[in-house]
Amino acid sequence: MSTASTSFIDRRTVVDWLGIAPFMIFAMMFLILPTLYLVTGAFFTPDGQFTFKNIADLFTPSILSAYWISIRVSVASSIGGAVIGFFLAWAIVMGGLPGWIRSGLLTFSGVASNFAGVPLAFAFLATLGRTGLVTVLLRDWVGFNLYGTGFNILSFFGLTITYMFFQIPLMVLILTPALDGMKKEWREAAEILGASTWQYWRMVALPILWPSLMGTTLLLFANAFGAIATAYALTGSSLNIVPILLYAQIRGDVLHNANLGYALALGMIVITGVSNILYILLRIRAERWQK
Amino acid sequence: MKASKALAWFAIAIGVIYFFVPLIGTFEFSMRMRRGAYSFDAYQSVFSDAQFQSTFGFSMLMALFTIIFGMLLVVPTAYWVRLRLPQMRPVIEFLTLMPLVIPAIVIVFGYLRLYNSSSWIPFTGSIQGTNMLLVLSYITLSLPYMYRSVDTAMRAIDVRTLTEAAEILGAKWPTIMFRCIFPNVMSGVLSGAFITFAIVMGEFTMAALLNRPAFGPYLQLVGANRAYEPSALAIIAFAITWFSMGLLQLVSRFSKMAPSKA
Repeated sequence: MSTASTSFIDRRTVVDWLGIAPFMIFAMMFLILPTLYLVTGAFFTPDGQFTFKNIADLFTPSILSAYWISIRVSVASSIGGAVIGFFLAWAIVMGGLPGWIRSGLLTFSGVASNFAGVPLAFAFLATLGRTGLVTVLLRDWVGFNLYGTGFNILSFFGLTITYMFFQIPLMVLILTPALDGMKKEWREAAEILGASTWQYWRMVALPILWPSLMGTTLLLFANAFGAIATAYALTGSSLNIVPILLYAQIRGDVLHNANLGYALALGMIVITGVSNILYILLRIRAERWQK
Repeated sequence: MKASKALAWFAIAIGVIYFFVPLIGTFEFSMRMRRGAYSFDAYQSVFSDAQFQSTFGFSMLMALFTIIFGMLLVVPTAYWVRLRLPQMRPVIEFLTLMPLVIPAIVIVFGYLRLYNSSSWIPFTGSIQGTNMLLVLSYITLSLPYMYRSVDTAMRAIDVRTLTEAAEILGAKWPTIMFRCIFPNVMSGVLSGAFITFAIVMGEFTMAALLNRPAFGPYLQLVGANRAYEPSALAIIAFAITWFSMGLLQLVSRFSKMAPSKA
């Protein structure tokens, strides 16, 4: 079409690529470069020498314990969220419940999965805090002192139960389509061959569903691992999880080494990155059965 | 069969208890401000707080800018990729999903190092610049949702035929973009806008680390200093989320009905 083109690349190709240039520049400037800056910074000393010392310094007890608490909270809230979320998704897809429960739960899940951050912390403080509704009702009606059992909302367990408020709905939203994809014929075939419900789940349903289940659990894990606002509003800096440590580092260089801060960020990217890659791989596997 | 139905009801009951008790608890707590009687004093105190009004207004404004500029970035890109560069789709989709992989706190950490007042683009050197950076960071955060909702809406229309028809009628590309493409993917634009609104209104990390007086940091501040107002604010924030998600559902239901009418 362009006879006047003198270069090897004709004009149309140039125009084609220019069309996505604004997006590419945006992604470069506000996504890739900032991340790369931290990732490379993790491998240098403050005066520009290449080093692995920052990475090695991550394995000091105080930082390691932050990662360990973060991982524990994320694992507990993702597995808890996955189990309860699966149970709920199963109930609305296969439980034979009226249709309004299904649409109601899905709508509510859309809202609750986005209800995170600072307000969520307030909600759980008002419910399970020292003067929260449940704490008070248990004390006045049942005579049960919740805080006497060592429970504290500002703790590992408290944070886990709070995170599940957005984890469960996310599981419901992602898993419902997967359960919808389970064909009725598979169950009928299994029953005709004399399988019990237990055998159907163990030998047919779960082998098909496990990539979805595992994948979504990993997604929930990454979701919890990067979250900070809820934890910060709930516990202040009393629970030393990685995002809160990084927040303090950005604010006031609490580690006294800017490049160690980059290494801390790199550690977070590696953990959320790996769980997301595994999620994608498992998702591809799960889709084999959903055609 | 009977047993599984009972089990299903049991699951729903657990879910209802887990999800509604905190909401009831929050609401009850927010009404406890006056001694000995339930009242809406905490809400009154919140609404009359000048800082509430200014931070709420600030976040609304940021959300508006995020939606406008985000859509001006996302819609033409999604359109162009469908029309001319289908081979780039996986790459663009991958990039739009990155903000879900890299935690927000890491992204903003990178901004602070890359765009500080002594860098090549000193965004954080001035208030206007920092506000701009905040909007850009919100566009980044909402990229996965905006792109997906716009791209889904674009799948439903025949981009190529629409473009060719407009070109035959003599339309230049701004006309094609704003009078053909945008109106046709409006359902996607609106769903993306509502979810972006919900995200931006409560966002804490970016605004706090960029030191901007947004609603999220204000919530945190009130939480650290007051007793009953935080619960009232949590109820208000929950209402905002319901409002945006409700509109989103309405739009998606409406757009599902549209093709059958046509």
